[in-house]
Amino acid sequence: MRKNWIVYPYFGWMIAFTLIPLSLLIFFSLTTQTNQGISFSFDNFQRFFEPLYLQVLFRSLLWAGISTLFCLVLGYPSAFILANLKLKYKNTLILLLVLPMWINFLLRTYAWLTLLERRGLINTLLGHFGIQPLSLLYNDFAVILGMVYNFLPFMILPIYTVLSKINQNLLEAAGDLGASPWQCFCKVIFPLSLPGVSSGVTMVFMPAVTTFVISRLLGGGQYTLIGNLVEQQFLTVGDWNFGSAISMVMIFIILLGMSFTSRYEKTQEGGGLW
Amino acid sequence: MAASLISLVNLTKDYNGTEAIKDLNLQIKKNEFLTLLGPSGCGKTTTLRIIGGFEQPTTGEVFFDGININQLPPYKRKVNTVFQKYALFPHMNVYENIAFGLKIKKLSNSLINQKVAAMLELVALSGYEQRTITSLSGGQQQRVAIARALVNEPEVLLLDEPLGALDLQLRKEMQLELKAMQQHLGITFIFITHDQEEALTMSDTIVVMNRGLIQQVGTPEDIYNEPTNAFVASFIGESNLVEGRMLSDFQLELLGKQLPCVDSGFIPDELVDVVIRPEDLKIVEENEGVFTGNIKSTTFKGVHYEMIVSAGARDWMVHSTRARSVGMKVGLRVEASNIHIMRKAGVV
Amino acid sequence: MVKNFLKKSYLFLIFAFLYAPIIVLIIYSFNSSRSRGSWEGFTLDWYRAMFRDRQILSSLYYSLIIGALSALIATIIGTLAAFGIQRLKRFLQNTVMNLTYLPVLNPDIVTGISLMLLFIFFHLKLGFMTLLLSHITFNIPYVILSVLPRIKQLDPNLYEAALDLGATPSLAFKKVIFPEILPGIISGLLLAFTLSLDDFVISFFNTGSGVSTLSITIYSMARRGINPKINALSTLMFLSVLTLLIIVNLIMARDESNKKRRQNLS
Repeated sequence: MRKNWIVYPYFGWMIAFTLIPLSLLIFFSLTTQTNQGISFSFDNFQRFFEPLYLQVLFRSLLWAGISTLFCLVLGYPSAFILANLKLKYKNTLILLLVLPMWINFLLRTYAWLTLLERRGLINTLLGHFGIQPLSLLYNDFAVILGMVYNFLPFMILPIYTVLSKINQNLLEAAGDLGASPWQCFCKVIFPLSLPGVSSGVTMVFMPAVTTFVISRLLGGGQYTLIGNLVEQQFLTVGDWNFGSAISMVMIFIILLGMSFTSRYEKTQEGGGLW
Repeated sequence: MAASLISLVNLTKDYNGTEAIKDLNLQIKKNEFLTLLGPSGCGKTTTLRIIGGFEQPTTGEVFFDGININQLPPYKRKVNTVFQKYALFPHMNVYENIAFGLKIKKLSNSLINQKVAAMLELVALSGYEQRTITSLSGGQQQRVAIARALVNEPEVLLLDEPLGALDLQLRKEMQLELKAMQQHLGITFIFITHDQEEALTMSDTIVVMNRGLIQQVGTPEDIYNEPTNAFVASFIGESNLVEGRMLSDFQLELLGKQLPCVDSGFIPDELVDVVIRPEDLKIVEENEGVFTGNIKSTTFKGVHYEMIVSAGARDWMVHSTRARSVGMKVGLRVEASNIHIMRKAGVV
Repeated sequence: MVKNFLKKSYLFLIFAFLYAPIIVLIIYSFNSSRSRGSWEGFTLDWYRAMFRDRQILSSLYYSLIIGALSALIATIIGTLAAFGIQRLKRFLQNTVMNLTYLPVLNPDIVTGISLMLLFIFFHLKLGFMTLLLSHITFNIPYVILSVLPRIKQLDPNLYEAALDLGATPSLAFKKVIFPEILPGIISGLLLAFTLSLDDFVISFFNTGSGVSTLSITIYSMARRGINPKINALSTLMFLSVLTLLIIVNLIMARDESNKKRRQNLS
């Protein structure tokens, strides 16, 4: 049983395609290219603190935050109802909830184009009621809607998982001790469901704050988010050093976010899809 | 005396500095039902795994029929194992599990069918060939595990606490069945248990182990009646264990009283462990007893009453068919032949 | 009860929100009108057009090839790794698992650009090869995460039992260990394939030389606005994912019920 060599291909792969690329990212973020060659500096990070970029950062955080809040407000009741339903087809409903997560998210985003555009379904329906066509697409509303739509299942599922594991006896005990249903919810159910909420928030906020596709397709390129900034630096502007620095900021935000939420997640089970 | 089938010579097994077994020597005879008995962590499983070939001894030798088999891998040994949790292959049905070893030996299909059918009959599971393992009860899985091992006609069957997962009723049945099976097949069984009653019921020979050392080897009667040290005495059955002093041959001082006994050969004033079984203590009138005291509690146990008698500055456990009421003043007596005297462990 | 009705209506609305856009997309893929607002009769024209579109066909081809190859290679490396990780000492095992989680937790865009940096830095031409390498990279952790639990659940006595019954170590592995972890390997393989088909962000940064996957093609078409051919493509992709997911769920349900039965009995 001492055949440890079988893990070496993976070690090699991990070093070559995870550790070295991340090191390169750090390297590029900390260097600038001048005529004399490459030199170490914090210029890239300093540049990020110019108002123009800070505004992008602020917008990304705000929109991701709003989307997360909407997902939570819409998702928590859904998870709660699902967890308490005594239905034969409950598992089917859960499967239906998981299914959209496995549909290419470009398609899910694209689907809203057909609904929201000027001559799209919503405006056509409104037209039947004599309402003038609204410009629903290519604005902040569309981007946030796209985020909420894309990530809502990621909020519902972990909360549902945690809620459905709560021991019914606890609720009976709370009732027995004189708690009203509302008190029971506030004092027992909600605190116990916090690990699910925390992993739901992580799973919505993280992709929302780093996306560049939703803002590009539904925002029509008018609104730059931090993801779009990274994409532009690498693919259009070609400033890898600045792009790497922005990516590092992004990683920093993610790590910060996770350190906030991970205190609730003792195990990884909260949000497992499999 | 029959020749040894398996000899373990000066076996030691060391796991990163902790010795699981220490300098173990043991002869196992042909057709013997031998039980390794001891608390968990005593080294009995390690000993079994060394015989099975799953572990290599750190030092020492294992002989099978006079040949050293230290280097022989498990799949070449004429030994089969029934594992503690059966280790049945979950992706195979009952037939495939039992036929596994025979198929590896590349026997003809008709021969395999024949042997599997015979085995299933032996373990009373005929007709279960196509059942999946998961659809069987614990007792049935147990029988399949036994059949799967026995169908290979091993010279020795190793059983690692195979009855541990069964409920009491089923365990008692299986004890008798296993014993009958061993006698019918005429092969050696090496059985592991931590249940002293199980060991006493089934074995020809019991090996009591503790902390990697053999404490005593003997027949169930020997072990029960003449435990060689305090550990064996307290492990086999409930006992009253008291420290005493040998004044001279046949004279023991126990809790300040002088008692006649049947043991001799100790150094004068040697400290000894004394075991008196609860059923050997007699409750008598206060003035007739060696010790006097009062009844602390009485519990009905079905066949007998178990009473705790506080006498001579300690509590004694006494079994009697007659109940005494709590608080009653009584005397305690014991026959000289029922006083088991043992040298202190570690002093040889 | 009114309360119950409210709850069900709420759920219905949430599910309607989740599915309406997809259903509309599917319906429009059969609409003969190019404008989405109105229904002008059933047609399969968009499907025909889609199957004549060279770009879509070639990206479908690349998606499937990259998906299959990357899933296969990731499954081999990941399964071997899972066996190796199981045998490592505790401390090393934790370190390796934390590194394994890294690509799972990293935002896709970071994984994508860091791989692109690597390839360009070492003068690898972006194209089929780099795309394949990047897909294998993000697939391996998911294979490990689905195989490792099965190895950990394995009764260590099973292997010994096989040896005890006369099987050599390699035969014991083939006949006992491998069949036992096969469900984990298969679900890892399917998961990797699905993730590879689904990926856009990482592919977007690591492809070139005219090699394009379905996701990339959809993105470039959608950026230019509505295109009914995408509706047709979406419908087909939706159905494929649905089928795959049902297969995976059936495998897992069978596995789960076996496990439950085993637990009930022991």
